[in-house]
Amino acid sequence: MRYRSGQRVRVAARMHDGHHRTPDYVKGKTGTVERAHASFTNPETRAYGKDGLPEQPLYLVSFAQQDVWPDYRGDGDDRIYVDVFEHWLEEED
Amino acid sequence: MERGVHDRGGWSTDEPIDRSEHELADWELLTDALFGVLGRGGLMNVDELRRGIESMAPDEYERASYYERWLYSVETVLTEKGVLAEGELDLRLGR
Repeated sequence: MRYRSGQRVRVAARMHDGHHRTPDYVKGKTGTVERAHASFTNPETRAYGKDGLPEQPLYLVSFAQQDVWPDYRGDGDDRIYVDVFEHWLEEED
Repeated sequence: MERGVHDRGGWSTDEPIDRSEHELADWELLTDALFGVLGRGGLMNVDELRRGIESMAPDEYERASYYERWLYSVETVLTEKGVLAEGELDLRLGR
């Protein structure tokens, strides 16, 4: 596990031509690692008949709602929680 | 490549969201069960199911209901794998 709880991380902004579980609305956004779940088979290869190995670490990452939605009108402390695989995360500069 | 039709979080729309619950029809329950059996039998996994759904033409995706998308994907993936022959389901349904 490369990242630890409390660490600030940015989701890669890259396009990915094929199945992946990273939603567009968090790409390029910076959030906080809440928890390292465990490692799981990689859906990006498993979706095409492969075994999904090696397993990839998966994290629970939280983002401020107002960072994700430009016109967010809710409470400033509201957060959204998304599971993101390690290879989609970058260290924040 | 463009963002996939399934990757909808944050798409703005003026369409009202249908939040009504509906009873599942028999074919929907059977579709769920069928996929469960395919998974346990090692013929198809959930990532393949999702990928097959995401491969639908956008207009077909929009027209299809939840389990219709599952059926589309099951047919797509099983045909790829040679479990079903090309057009086999249509043939058996007399279409």
